[in-house]
Amino acid sequence: MPKKLVEKLDRLSSKPVVKYGVYLTAVILFFALILIPPILGIIIKWSFIQEVFGDSQLLSRALEAVKNSFVMAVMVSILDVVAGIPMAWLIARSRSRWINVLDTLADVPFIVPTAVLGYSLLLFWHKPGEISPIFSYSLVSPGWLLVALLHFTFSYPVVVRVIVGALLDYKIEYEQASRTLGAPPFTAARTVTFGIIKPSLIAAFILAFARSISETGATMMVAGAFENGPIFIQNTKDTYVGATVFVSLILIVVSCLIFAAVRILGGKIKLPVKGAWPTLERKVSYSSATFARDGITLLIFLAVVLIPSLFAALPAFEALPTDILSKALSSVYPWGEYWQSLILSYSLGAAVTILNVLIGLPMAIIVARKRLGKPSSALNVLVDIPIIVPSVALGVSLRFFWKETLAFIPDILLLVFAHLAITYPYFVRSMSAAIERISIELEEASRTLGAKPLGVFRTIIFPLTKYSMFSGAIMVFTRSVSETGATLAVTQLKTAPVVLVNWVKGKVVVTPLEIGLGCGFLILISFIILLALRLIVRGKGRY
Amino acid sequence: MPDVRLVNVTKRFGKIVAVDNVSLHIKDKEYFSILGPSGCGKTTLLRLIAGLIQPDEGEIYIGDRLVNDVPPEDRDIGFVFQTFALFPHMNAWENVTYGPRVKGFDMQKAERIGHEVLEMVRLHERLDAFPSELSGGMMQRVAVARALAAGAKLLLLDEPLGHLDAKVRNELRYEIRRMTKDLGLTAIHVTHDQSEAMAISDRIAVMKKGKVLQVGTPRELYMNPQSIFVANFIGGSNFLEGFIAETRGRMAVIEIRGGLRVQAINKGIGKGERVVLAVRPETFTIKKGKSTDENAMLGVVERMAFEGTNVRYEIRLENQDLVVVVTPSLACEWFNIGEKVTISFPPESAHLFVYPELGLREELAVE
Repeated sequence: MPKKLVEKLDRLSSKPVVKYGVYLTAVILFFALILIPPILGIIIKWSFIQEVFGDSQLLSRALEAVKNSFVMAVMVSILDVVAGIPMAWLIARSRSRWINVLDTLADVPFIVPTAVLGYSLLLFWHKPGEISPIFSYSLVSPGWLLVALLHFTFSYPVVVRVIVGALLDYKIEYEQASRTLGAPPFTAARTVTFGIIKPSLIAAFILAFARSISETGATMMVAGAFENGPIFIQNTKDTYVGATVFVSLILIVVSCLIFAAVRILGGKIKLPVKGAWPTLERKVSYSSATFARDGITLLIFLAVVLIPSLFAALPAFEALPTDILSKALSSVYPWGEYWQSLILSYSLGAAVTILNVLIGLPMAIIVARKRLGKPSSALNVLVDIPIIVPSVALGVSLRFFWKETLAFIPDILLLVFAHLAITYPYFVRSMSAAIERISIELEEASRTLGAKPLGVFRTIIFPLTKYSMFSGAIMVFTRSVSETGATLAVTQLKTAPVVLVNWVKGKVVVTPLEIGLGCGFLILISFIILLALRLIVRGKGRY
Repeated sequence: MPDVRLVNVTKRFGKIVAVDNVSLHIKDKEYFSILGPSGCGKTTLLRLIAGLIQPDEGEIYIGDRLVNDVPPEDRDIGFVFQTFALFPHMNAWENVTYGPRVKGFDMQKAERIGHEVLEMVRLHERLDAFPSELSGGMMQRVAVARALAAGAKLLLLDEPLGHLDAKVRNELRYEIRRMTKDLGLTAIHVTHDQSEAMAISDRIAVMKKGKVLQVGTPRELYMNPQSIFVANFIGGSNFLEGFIAETRGRMAVIEIRGGLRVQAINKGIGKGERVVLAVRPETFTIKKGKSTDENAMLGVVERMAFEGTNVRYEIRLENQDLVVVVTPSLACEWFNIGEKVTISFPPESAHLFVYPELGLREELAVE
């Protein structure tokens, strides 16, 4: 950027009108595009809700679906946190040189789009024979158990990542103090470490819970006759508007209540830190017990998370020597639609990421630095709401709102709004946390040396938070590319996950090898893009 | 009751030798300080004794027990961290009774110990306060109480006063010593503050770059430093460079820059050898005009600072060396900037060292 323009912008940024103008615009856009439309969307269709109460069968089916959603989310989130803690511990505390490999592998399910993940798990647990006759077993049929396995798998890397981050940020001195006071390692971890990182354990639980409540596309692939909230909405959105509104409303309200309760009560939840069992805890702190713990952790990771996640890649390899690859590359039916959907998915992901940076960054600063005084604290809570609202419910209510108020709005814009609403908290949270970590004194030092507000951002905040900004952008991008439920709810446009769900569901006649190759391309391209972004981030350096 | 022995202990972090072949014997019930500049390895040494890190070479004994492979929880130690490391999710009472609880004491016993140590540190009225609600001094007291409540006979203190303001620091250092002496504990106190170490220690080990340079009582270190570094780090000194011009019995005549000659007690350094003469600022006497005193040097007052108890002068000698002189503010005459003066020192108060191989600057470097 030309130096003069930068200087001019710097000068402008010190004018209160400009500064607060930027902040207010960010707040208005947040309310106008992200928070209000889903709520109003439900209110607009409120009158249709009567149809559910007039049909007892539909009502009990809706309530059963909602119950399934919450039972599944709570169960899976608890299991994820319980299984994620030893894995995070292993990654954060091991001194083995191989731990970096394990650290990277733990992220694999994160880069596999959830729709592909669903298909991969379906193959692995239910019909591996489609991959090769040597796999003749069928361990789990489509249904609640396979949904639970799926939700466990896609939440696992998020939970592990959050807890690893907490353990790395945690001041090891507390644990050392505990050891010098007579606590064996297990007691020190139980009574001190987990007590201190409790907010991160709660955050991990909430993220796993939110992902489980909102996931649609992959769940549809493995659910069989099982119906939870998002699947119910997907099944009824075109036939029973009232039922859709009813279930969306319950999912949104109950999710928000659970979220609020966890936030408020989370601080008061006492971990078991009072009692101590020295003899027993000493036994589980050393040698064979820790070896067994690490072994079981790795076994769960490999057998339940990693191998099932990558199983769909096997038919992709099988398809390579066949003529399927040449058909795919020459866009013969059904591949033409597939490539278009890929272009749409990645373009949409890029657009949503850029929009997030533009409108999310000022909000992150408002939240982290309380730039708007007391309202900043309220905004701090409100920005999290879209993360807890089931994406399919959010999509349905967004469609109701935009189509009722601005019927002419093009589908692609609706899709952008839906993805923006879903991904917004990921970016704002990531950036606000990074800004909070920077001492305010650095900003003040910069101001006393003559920097204008924009100059402070350019020269201090950005260089110190660019890793988090890239990380946030990566999360937004991957989340957008994976999103299925909201996409199905708001538009007829087909993104890559939607096309793959249709293939798996048999709505388009394709062979298992073609599905495998389609999944393989999606994994490969996502991996290349993420790798490139990671290399850029690494090149920029960390602080 | 524990004494602590370190035998040829070495600890490396990559290519950096943090502790280099250190041998020490800390006696039972002794208040022992490890003193040195930042990065000299003193905290590493304390953490080795605590078992928070393991030595690469050498042996560590607590009492008669070789503890190299003993985890920290089994060493019967109390450790007070520089940042106190009070558990932020527990209140003062829970912090203090943590040790007895995790060691499996019955609740009555744990509570009795908790009350006793809180009584000792006079913090009974803040039992329910969380660390974030306590002042620095209070946090420090809770940290000490917590370490004592665990039943330790060996108290390890890692710069425990470093985060406190000067007034509180001065009060608490005597209080910690009193408590350890009352309880008959062995204490190892790491600090970079020589006045703190001098004030409270029975003995001090001075460290530099991973090595122990000298161990002795505060008086021994002050009166008889064995190296230029110790002469500077304990109390501070002026360093005059020169060579031995003559030896007269136990005395040496040293010719310093500009041909000035002064005398000091010789410690076997031969005639003609390059030397450094260390003279403490407070051993100089200062007079107006010329004087015929022993070791008299003419100079001009270049700067003067009133420090309360003392007045500090910087005197530019005729040979252009700058010398710091400190005199008691109430008991001595005052001099003005620009005034011509004579400074002198008794030969027995100066310390003579062979000029260091790597140069004086490197020898004095604290980092």
